[in-house]
Amino acid sequence: MRNEREFPFAGGAGAGQGVGARMPRKEDDRLMRGRGQFVADIRLAGLQDVAFVRSPLAHALIRGIDVPERYCANVFTAADLAGVNPIRAVSGLPGFKISEQPVLATGKVRQVGELVAMCVAHTRAEAEDIAAAVTLDLEELPAVYDMRKAREPGSALVHEHWGDNVFLETNFEVDISKAFDAPIKVSREISTARQCMAPLEGRGVVATFDHRLDQITLYSSAQMPHITRSGLAECLGIEQGQIRIVSPDVGGGFGHKGILLPEEVCLSWLTMRRSHPVRWTEDRREHLTASSNCREHHYKITVYADRDGRLRGIDCEATVDSGAYSSYPFSACLEAAQIASILPGPYLMPAYRCRTFSVATNKCPILPYRGVARTGVCFALELMLDLVAAEAGLEPGEVRLRNLVQPEQMPFDNITNKHFDSGDYPEAMRRALAAIDIEGVRERQRNGEADGRRIGVGLSIYCEQAAHGTSVYSGWGIPMVPGHEQASARLTPDGGLEVRVGVHSHGQGMETTLAQVAHEMLGVDVAKVRLILGDTAMTPYSTGTWGSRSMVMAGGAVATACRELGERARRIGAKLLQHEPAAVVLQNGEVRGINGSVTLKEIAHTWYRRPQDLPADVDPGGLEVTAGYKPQRDTGTFSYAAHAAVVAVDPDLGAVEILDYVIVEDGGVLVNPMVVDGQIYGGLAQGIGTALYEEMPFDAAGQPLATTLADYLLPGPTEVPAPRLDHMETPSPYTQFGVKGIGEGGAIAPPAAIANAVNDALRPLGAELMQSPITPYRVVEAILAARDAERPAA
Amino acid sequence: MKPAPFGYERPRDLQAALAVLGEAKTSAKIIAGGQSLGPMLNLRLVEPQLIVDITGLAELKQVERRGDELVLGACVTHADIEDGRIPDVTRGAMQGVAGNIAYRAVRNRGTVGGSLSHADPAADWVSALSALGARLTLRSLSGARMVAMENFIVGALESALRDGEIVETIHVPAIPATAHWGYGKSCRKTGEFAHAIGAILIDPSAATARVVIGAIDSAPIVITSAAELFGGRIAGDYKDRFDARVADVLLAKAGVSNAAHRHIHVNVLKRAVSEAAA
Repeated sequence: MRNEREFPFAGGAGAGQGVGARMPRKEDDRLMRGRGQFVADIRLAGLQDVAFVRSPLAHALIRGIDVPERYCANVFTAADLAGVNPIRAVSGLPGFKISEQPVLATGKVRQVGELVAMCVAHTRAEAEDIAAAVTLDLEELPAVYDMRKAREPGSALVHEHWGDNVFLETNFEVDISKAFDAPIKVSREISTARQCMAPLEGRGVVATFDHRLDQITLYSSAQMPHITRSGLAECLGIEQGQIRIVSPDVGGGFGHKGILLPEEVCLSWLTMRRSHPVRWTEDRREHLTASSNCREHHYKITVYADRDGRLRGIDCEATVDSGAYSSYPFSACLEAAQIASILPGPYLMPAYRCRTFSVATNKCPILPYRGVARTGVCFALELMLDLVAAEAGLEPGEVRLRNLVQPEQMPFDNITNKHFDSGDYPEAMRRALAAIDIEGVRERQRNGEADGRRIGVGLSIYCEQAAHGTSVYSGWGIPMVPGHEQASARLTPDGGLEVRVGVHSHGQGMETTLAQVAHEMLGVDVAKVRLILGDTAMTPYSTGTWGSRSMVMAGGAVATACRELGERARRIGAKLLQHEPAAVVLQNGEVRGINGSVTLKEIAHTWYRRPQDLPADVDPGGLEVTAGYKPQRDTGTFSYAAHAAVVAVDPDLGAVEILDYVIVEDGGVLVNPMVVDGQIYGGLAQGIGTALYEEMPFDAAGQPLATTLADYLLPGPTEVPAPRLDHMETPSPYTQFGVKGIGEGGAIAPPAAIANAVNDALRPLGAELMQSPITPYRVVEAILAARDAERPAA
Repeated sequence: MKPAPFGYERPRDLQAALAVLGEAKTSAKIIAGGQSLGPMLNLRLVEPQLIVDITGLAELKQVERRGDELVLGACVTHADIEDGRIPDVTRGAMQGVAGNIAYRAVRNRGTVGGSLSHADPAADWVSALSALGARLTLRSLSGARMVAMENFIVGALESALRDGEIVETIHVPAIPATAHWGYGKSCRKTGEFAHAIGAILIDPSAATARVVIGAIDSAPIVITSAAELFGGRIAGDYKDRFDARVADVLLAKAGVSNAAHRHIHVNVLKRAVSEAAA
């Protein structure tokens, strides 16, 4: 299935250093030795630290800000930042209501942790002392803390002039009334908890101003530096050329590092007015309580099916708690509105309806987190499919096989017009069922467990649209639309290769995988390929790393640039070999003809050091190429995976142990299967967090309750089992090498698979969980509720 | 997350430490391992004017067997016990508890005396030493007094320590050969604080038992007359006679109003009983 034209030097998948090679990551040498350079490692002469006074209340009018006289030169409020524009992330979808997020609060505060004043001092501790000395006179307003109550008339309003709390309502319908007479109708309410993204490294900003260049350099732990630059320039009202964003090593992004931060605006403003660099490093409490959240969905969903388990239709009302402000650039509506288009998943159905609500509340803004809305959608849909299976008296696997899109239908446009590029979804499910030994698990269930625990098996399958292109994103009307992705490739005088891309790598291993792509095209040793990323001054414009797009888009761009660079080198090589260009080929880093060969290193030496030897008609662009790339079709690649989990549930303590976990994934052609495995392991860990541990609860005053990692539980090594992985490799027909994006999939399916397994274990007890995370308390509560329901009424 | 400014003293001996604590007209906090106080300082949940670091007090690291009990200095770490560096009079009970406190980095620095002084109901020693019948010597400039564990923990994060007073030693009675020990806890993940603790020291031959239900929102429930929990008498068949309803009522009386929480506590205790009988 591989297009050999696109694999100039590969001796087959897995060979050498090119596409398909399972090679260790180049960047790990420094990262694993603690030699990475993160924002907090940056030391600049005269650096001062910033701490913020943040709102202690979720919703309040600001009556006054009292700064002690002795700190007047150290403290800045909104009044000082006159002329700085608020952060605006508008969606062009009809009916979207605009929020303006002041970088320092003006008039009122709309979330706990909202920035009210900026305090600068020689150390962070002193800055925090100053922040503690600032007193706020706040008049508390009723907090909007429950997204469903927020939609009711009479609710307090986050943005008064809207008249309600709904950022956006969307409706999508295809023939739903035709499903209403289906013999199986199952309805439930399903919800996923609000979460924090919790990358190992939090956000962080160092800002410094260079008078010679008339330019701010903003070091920021960010995944989309070019987008940050545009947003920052708009807020500050300066030219984009006056800003350079440098994003050094980044310890995980997951969406959290995609947004423009008010802190970035504040520090940029400050350093332009002070004679020294300034720094703010997000601490863990700020991350948990004040930064951004994700995942909080609620579904009222009805699934219609025939007796044989075939889906007749899905009817859903989905609500997402978008928090107080629309974040730049994704906006407050991406999450909820996406639900309507992706809820059908990889399944066939003739009828469908989905209404969605993006609701404003007095909480941190919600951001797209790894998997974006897919994790919630997969959770809702896959839990419902198990209920359909139970109603139909069928194995859950069988119900899925009867409803999945079939390989012969590819490419396939589904009921919401999603264009599936390729794949064999039923095969992935069959392999998962075989690997988990579904019959063996059923046998074990019949025999029971000596320790009194109950065994359950759960499945889930999803599709992950990745590398969304112009045609997909222009419809959102948000500040960011991806176009052609560009990359630059340059041979150095000694024959090394420098590759510049505007995407960033924050754990994805792109310094290795993009080098493998370059090697595939030019034959340059991967060790001699230097990737330059994360710096707006050094890289071509890009929307950055999000939506599992980098390998498809930047990979394609690197291949395109390297192909053109190779062609230029080949023509020089032909001259040096005294051949016609048509008589030589570029192979394994050499230009070869019947007279012999000349290496890229020799060609580079000639171009840079001995131009007198060049052909008269040489391309004056030389050995440096910037080229752009878009897949043949830009509606995105569709990777997918079937997950299967076996769990043991302890009905006494409510504990859930994952006994076995199988993932059969198809990410198209894999550039580096080891890196893909790593992506899946990491995603699985986060998926287990969603399934069993992570939750940011709020009280009725809008106070976030999990304020440290003692309360906000993240899975650790002992909570994440070693999954068993199986790869399928169905190429995308539209992309360079047939690659697909796979960055998010690992985090999409685990909550559904694990919840289905728990429910499978508890079904004989009549207990059911329709909410993440599945905590011991919730398991016991469900068991006790089922027990109470069984008792005859007194 | 940086602490507010504070003064710092690291006295060389216990007498000097007591003098510093006694003189402190301002608020003072003792730090030993710092595994709870450290984060609390950084979060500015406490803003003492003076920190008295007692890690230099050799007296508080001493351990000796005195007759039928082991006397532990307050600065003995969890890891000292886990690794068997100190004598044991509990037939492995304390070693088993120590090895499952939080995770190793915490155990390396965290001390028994510090954990008890902090009086977090979810801490293992608060429940385990109550079940073992331990007593504490509390010392101040004006002298020493001895307090039983069940009288030392007054409530959540509340102990009987007075201003200027320090936990000096922990006295752990030897477990008789005829007694059985069981300990269980429920944590959502490895190393996390317990949400339920059950501990039992039972001697069927003497018909005595000390039972503790811990990690509730107040001081642990310490049951010294435990016969009712075992159907009215304590004998060799105690495991089969364990009456979950009695434990449930005790929890309800202690203010645990949620049935699911009580269910988990009762089952943790039941596991401790089963472990004792195993």
